[in-house]
Amino acid sequence: MGAFVVRRLLQAVVLIKCVLVFLFLLLHITGDPVMVMAPEDATEEDIKQITIQMGFDKPLYVQYYRFFSGVIKGDWGESYEHEEPAFGIVMERLPATIQLTAVAFSMSVLIGIPLGCFAALKENQMTDRACMIGAVFGQALPNFWLGLMMILFFSVTLKILPSYGRGTPWHFIMPAFVASSYQMARLARLMRSEMLEVLRQDYILTARSKGLNEKIVLVRHALKNSAIPIVTILGIDLGIMLGGTVIVETVFAWPGVGKLTIDAINTSDFPVVQVAVFVLASVFILINTFVDILYTFLDPRLDFRKV
Amino acid sequence: MVSEQNSLKASQIESDYDQFGEEIHWTKKFLSSLWASKSALVGVIILLTVIFTAVFAKFLSPMDPSEQSLLLNMKPPGFESGGKVFWFGTDHLGRDLLSRVIYGSQVSIIVGVFSVLISGSVGLILGLISGFYGGKIDYMLMRLVDFILSFPFILLALATINVVGPSLTLIIVVISVRMWTAYARVVRGKVLSLKESEFITAAHSIGASNWRILLLHLLPNTLSPVIIIGSLYLGRMIVIEAGLSFLGLGVPPPRPTWGGILSEGRNHIYLAWWIVTFPGIAITITVLGSNMVGDWLRNVLDPRLRARS
Repeated sequence: MGAFVVRRLLQAVVLIKCVLVFLFLLLHITGDPVMVMAPEDATEEDIKQITIQMGFDKPLYVQYYRFFSGVIKGDWGESYEHEEPAFGIVMERLPATIQLTAVAFSMSVLIGIPLGCFAALKENQMTDRACMIGAVFGQALPNFWLGLMMILFFSVTLKILPSYGRGTPWHFIMPAFVASSYQMARLARLMRSEMLEVLRQDYILTARSKGLNEKIVLVRHALKNSAIPIVTILGIDLGIMLGGTVIVETVFAWPGVGKLTIDAINTSDFPVVQVAVFVLASVFILINTFVDILYTFLDPRLDFRKV
Repeated sequence: MVSEQNSLKASQIESDYDQFGEEIHWTKKFLSSLWASKSALVGVIILLTVIFTAVFAKFLSPMDPSEQSLLLNMKPPGFESGGKVFWFGTDHLGRDLLSRVIYGSQVSIIVGVFSVLISGSVGLILGLISGFYGGKIDYMLMRLVDFILSFPFILLALATINVVGPSLTLIIVVISVRMWTAYARVVRGKVLSLKESEFITAAHSIGASNWRILLLHLLPNTLSPVIIIGSLYLGRMIVIEAGLSFLGLGVPPPRPTWGGILSEGRNHIYLAWWIVTFPGIAITITVLGSNMVGDWLRNVLDPRLRARS
């Protein structure tokens, strides 16, 4: 068990290192890293200066060594747009992204799971059908469009919710709902089918025939046994939501790392793009690692030697 | 009564022989099951309509999608001017929104179809090899799949497109690099189970070559999961492309894309609701259509999955 945890953590470190190598090579993929690094209005003087400053005239392995040793010290170079260290700018925005993801994740769990259970208990009745039609649409609607339609309805027409920015709890409602919509729908569908599967099992029949209270049967016997596949999906979803914040933050002008990434791309501020992608990718990898480890605690049937 | 009729229909579809004991051709079975499932029929009609629109955009669109007229900017749907009717209204540069949405279907369909074809064939071939040969090749390919899946796709795609510069080809390649993994895993699993079956052992024992077994016996039997995943993924690819265009990293302007129109409309959302509404409806309907067809194909081609869902 301990060995598994250590191995999984080492894997995560290797994956994060791979992201670094990828970001480094990306600069050289077009053959001319200066053009990627230089701001759009750079003069020939600037380009020469950047070439020397970044060491682009040196061999590739020397450049990689410089890049890597800089990164370890938290030095990713300066942002052209803000003229500050790029790393600091990204870290400043990280709390906003984590907050949004956390709220969206809680929303998908607190709405998706009860909805799925409810639909399963009312199988093939009107409420079940309505829930499932809602879920099908939830999965088909692209989240950026759902966001725009919500702005149109709640901000432009009804004027009851703010369409952009962050500050009050009201600001969370639309971005978090949009960020969680796909996962919420999928969770509801999965929960419904898991619950239906479990409810057909013999031990549920046994529990009921013993004369147990229906509530106890549902919560202690049915819900608990349908939890394992749900937990796996939840872990995957958390990572996907984090990656998806790029789109949601752009729709709602949410001042997080996702929006920062897009802004930096639009202003050709490559150092910031590098750090932002690195930070989000690392958090994504760490979440997946954590979920994997958690999963082995939850499912005693798993054999660690084989993982 | 209704359910009796349905079950009667279903039994007719599933039997391989008609009332005279003649074998029913598979195309006929396929079509009758399509007819029996209303949602699949709707899905097929939607997809065919979108493909038709994309192919014949030039003839269907009432105006030039990039013709600007600042006098006519942001006019509401149904606006009439100079004998022309702007059914979907106009955008901030006075371009006809209906024509732009019609032309926008081209990029969606090209990206959707090609990324499904490329990722599907790569996944199918690598999955076949991985499952059939096993051993080191299998181990390495499956580690590669795990490796690709452990990164946040959208972010790395954004960074790559930012550096290389957005283009239709790059978007298809980037999407395919990530998506072949889904096909490869499923095909490999299917091959592993088929390898144990008697007809493969029989083929081996009569001295059939590996190539013959791969192409003639394994390939046809692994096609159905590939078709199912492909049809279910078509919609997802279209959404990914629209998302990239929305972020300004899709196919560059002036070529209209659904995501691109949405992104332009976002800046004018307080003045012109129609710009952000119609392209989104187009995306959603296309995705719904592809999901409906995918669900139906899954039911027809893989009855085991039907029981589970």
